[in-house]
Amino acid sequence: MSKHQTINFQPDILVVGGGNAALTAAITARKFRKTVVVLEAAPCAYRGGNSRHTRNFRCMHRAPLGVLSDQYSEDEFLDDLLKVTRCNTNETLARIAIRESESMYHWMEEHGVRFQPSLSGTLSLSQTNAFFLGGGKALLNALYATAEDLGVELHYDAEVTHLVISGTEVNDVYAHINNQELQFKPSSVIVASGGFQADIDGLCRAWGQAARNFIIRGTPFNKGQVLNNLLQQNMLSVGDPTQCHAVAIDGRSPKFDGGIVTRLDCVPFSVVVNHKAERFYDEGEDLWPKRYAIWGRLIAHQQDQIAYSIIDSQSINLFMPSVFPPVRGDSIEELAQNLALPAKELAKILQTFNAACRAGHFDPNCLDGLGTVGLKPQKSNWARPIDQPPFYGYPLRPGVTFTYLGLKIDESARVESRCGPMANLWAAGEIMAGSILGEGYLAGFGMTIGSVFGRIAGQEAARHV
Amino acid sequence: MSSSAHNEARRQLQICNACRYCEGYCAAFHSITQLRTFDDNTITHIANLCHNCRGCFYACQYTDPHEFALNVPRVLSEVRSHTGMEYSWPKSIARLFHRFPKNMAYIMIVSLAAILLIMIGLPPTTGKGFYAIMSHNVMLTIFLPAFLIPLMGFTVGLRRYWRDIGGRSIRISHLSEGLRQAATLENLSGGHGDGCNFERHERFTHQRRYAHHAIACGFLLCLASTLSGTILHYVFNQPAPYPVFSLPKTLGIPGGLLIVIGCLWMHGLKKRAHPELSDSSHAKADDVFLWLLGLVALSGLLLFGLGHTILMPTLLALHLASVLTFFLLIPYSKMTHAFFRLLTLVKHAQGKSILNKN
Ligand SMILES: Cc1cc2nc3c(=O)[nH]c(=O)nc-3n(C[C@H](O)[C@H](O)[C@H](O)COP(=O)(O)OP(=O)(O)OC[C@H]3O[C@@H](n4cnc5c(N)ncnc54)[C@H](O)[C@@H]3O)c2cc1C
Ligand code: SF4
Ligand code: SF4
Repeated sequence: MSKHQTINFQPDILVVGGGNAALTAAITARKFRKTVVVLEAAPCAYRGGNSRHTRNFRCMHRAPLGVLSDQYSEDEFLDDLLKVTRCNTNETLARIAIRESESMYHWMEEHGVRFQPSLSGTLSLSQTNAFFLGGGKALLNALYATAEDLGVELHYDAEVTHLVISGTEVNDVYAHINNQELQFKPSSVIVASGGFQADIDGLCRAWGQAARNFIIRGTPFNKGQVLNNLLQQNMLSVGDPTQCHAVAIDGRSPKFDGGIVTRLDCVPFSVVVNHKAERFYDEGEDLWPKRYAIWGRLIAHQQDQIAYSIIDSQSINLFMPSVFPPVRGDSIEELAQNLALPAKELAKILQTFNAACRAGHFDPNCLDGLGTVGLKPQKSNWARPIDQPPFYGYPLRPGVTFTYLGLKIDESARVESRCGPMANLWAAGEIMAGSILGEGYLAGFGMTIGSVFGRIAGQEAARHV
Repeated sequence: MSSSAHNEARRQLQICNACRYCEGYCAAFHSITQLRTFDDNTITHIANLCHNCRGCFYACQYTDPHEFALNVPRVLSEVRSHTGMEYSWPKSIARLFHRFPKNMAYIMIVSLAAILLIMIGLPPTTGKGFYAIMSHNVMLTIFLPAFLIPLMGFTVGLRRYWRDIGGRSIRISHLSEGLRQAATLENLSGGHGDGCNFERHERFTHQRRYAHHAIACGFLLCLASTLSGTILHYVFNQPAPYPVFSLPKTLGIPGGLLIVIGCLWMHGLKKRAHPELSDSSHAKADDVFLWLLGLVALSGLLLFGLGHTILMPTLLALHLASVLTFFLLIPYSKMTHAFFRLLTLVKHAQGKSILNKN
């Protein structure tokens, strides 16, 4: 489907992708009075990639800014980033993303994006992250409306398959639109087509067959064709090709696009067992936001990539409501049956766990130090006996947020190749995020990178033609 | 009284509560995010807080074709339809209008026939102007009960509603907050003040707020006009017709004009709005009501403009018939939303924590 009857095959600027980075780039370039064509692989109803699942972006501010309280300085922001990436970052690019984030807040507002105070249950982010009113899809609706009003040519169901490159120049871009292979000859190209996490075969190459049981939290359209195609043609890469950001989510989630609601915050208050009803890791090692990404990987290493988080009625209201109701049992045996776990083993492990709990003050809001005694693996915090029926269980599976492998860019978002910087190719968003996020993740930074480098790419590409 | 609409709403609100992205849009979402489970009465309350601004549909990443198939504006409007029936009296009549909104049009035809019959069968011996066609006493005998009896039945239902949503004794502060929200239509502002998504889909406009308030203000002006006429009649012994520069007319004419304009405007907006985002029989009933209200106002205006011509008796019959229909249908029509909505907003103001037995 395409909004336009005719297609401009020779635009000044061709933008590949239809998420936050792509639209920011397209709008910016269009404001330089260039002709801009956007090719989005998804149909209109699913436009916007992973950006449609987001809720906020991380934003530096020297004084209270809109919905953001106090201040969040460049150095604080950088510190937070260095901590989560264990210094595996490009500081120059990181500082650009951080510094520009402040003016991005205004840019977004000018283009119809609206903010809201941090959502109930996310108070810890109220100083650092600006929440989009209505979430990422509302943000995209505003950006798409702006792009449309400005005269950006938008095509949906338009999957880019490959770019033809000679030396440091992109000559042609090929795309599938309405079952036809079409050739574009743009002056400049901005790629903003996300990572490759929806390419299950690609994930299997890094993770083996286990990846078949992974759930992809976001769009099924980020299959990495463009990224792979470019990497095969001498572009430089950054980021570990085998790594992905995977968190523990509800095992009953849809294979794709389950989004934010499938997350589960019950692990710290629970006992987590694998399909044989064995514990395998310290559930209370740290606050959940600091541990949820580790659990994705932990579960990926269990047989069938599944685990079960078991709690009792004391803890059922301690975390954000879950999208699916928990599996319930009035006794441990009944719960085991409902979860298809070996009942005897489950009863035994809970008995052992309960016996290892000691008296002390339980506080769900901080590291309460209430750890088990003599248990292996230990549970370091929130270890309170699980003995108050009814009992509840949630199946857990690894949910992939994004992949780390990306294109290497310079400070002007220009893509770098083995033959030097590309003359007319820029990249923005997830597809280059590996340049800044070598490992780990900082909540809200994905959208910051997409917005800031989207705007830079749009400016630079427009200046080129 | 768990209905299929309630059950479907429960499923959807559970998903919303795990997401909360729409928290800033409206009062309904403020309530949702304070709860963990949703019993039927809570759902009824939330549904009546929803103004069908549609923000939470266009912003939702889980709408059809996604398997979660969220359509919160629609399911809440279905619950509201159900509430409308459940709390009206007698229910069987309410169901009849709910299932076949066109029945409202038949009431109009029957009313017209009745008014004409009375005009012909009971011609007044004295009286001027309108009262030469139908005497004041006859009018009173028809319209007073036609107004009061349905209203009394409706009040019983409203009381039950108030009890079910957990309403407590009302303080001035609750009432003024409820009235403030109703007067500003805050819940159609989108939370950011850009308006709602009703007719322009993903984009926000204030049109629905303006059209609504044209009707609402027009209605209040007409109400004031009628009251002032009643006072002039009984207290000052000045029966109708009144000159242009009298209180009833200076209130009534702008009021009538506002209603007619508002009804046409709203009708235009509804035609552009996406039909899938509200309960279809509800939407049809709304349409019929808009036409009816518009007819009351238009026939009133025409009666004023052409009252001295030979068209007067016909126009009078039309006006009286439409007013009669309007009165009779108060408990079963869109008119009830004003009361349900106000009570719900007052309840919302009463401690934003809602009754929740679970
Ligand atoms: C559930 C979830 C929640 C998240 N929450 C947040 C958050 O709150 N804050 C935050 O900062 N980050 C969040 N993230 C990460 C965030 O989504 C990404 O960092 C960000 O959206 C990247 O933007 P992008 O524009 O680069 O990619 P995307 O938004 O994924 O856009 C990629 C676009 O490219 C299109 N595309 C792909 N292949 C092709 C092709 N071959 N041809 C044409 N088009 C193609 C896709 O259809 C899509 O439109 C979240 C991620 C997930 C999965
Ligand atoms: S309507 Fe959709 S986006 Fe809004 S809160 Fe509900 S699930 Fe989230
Ligand atoms: S349609 Fe509007 S008023 Fe109704 S629940 Fe959704 S956001 Fe709130």
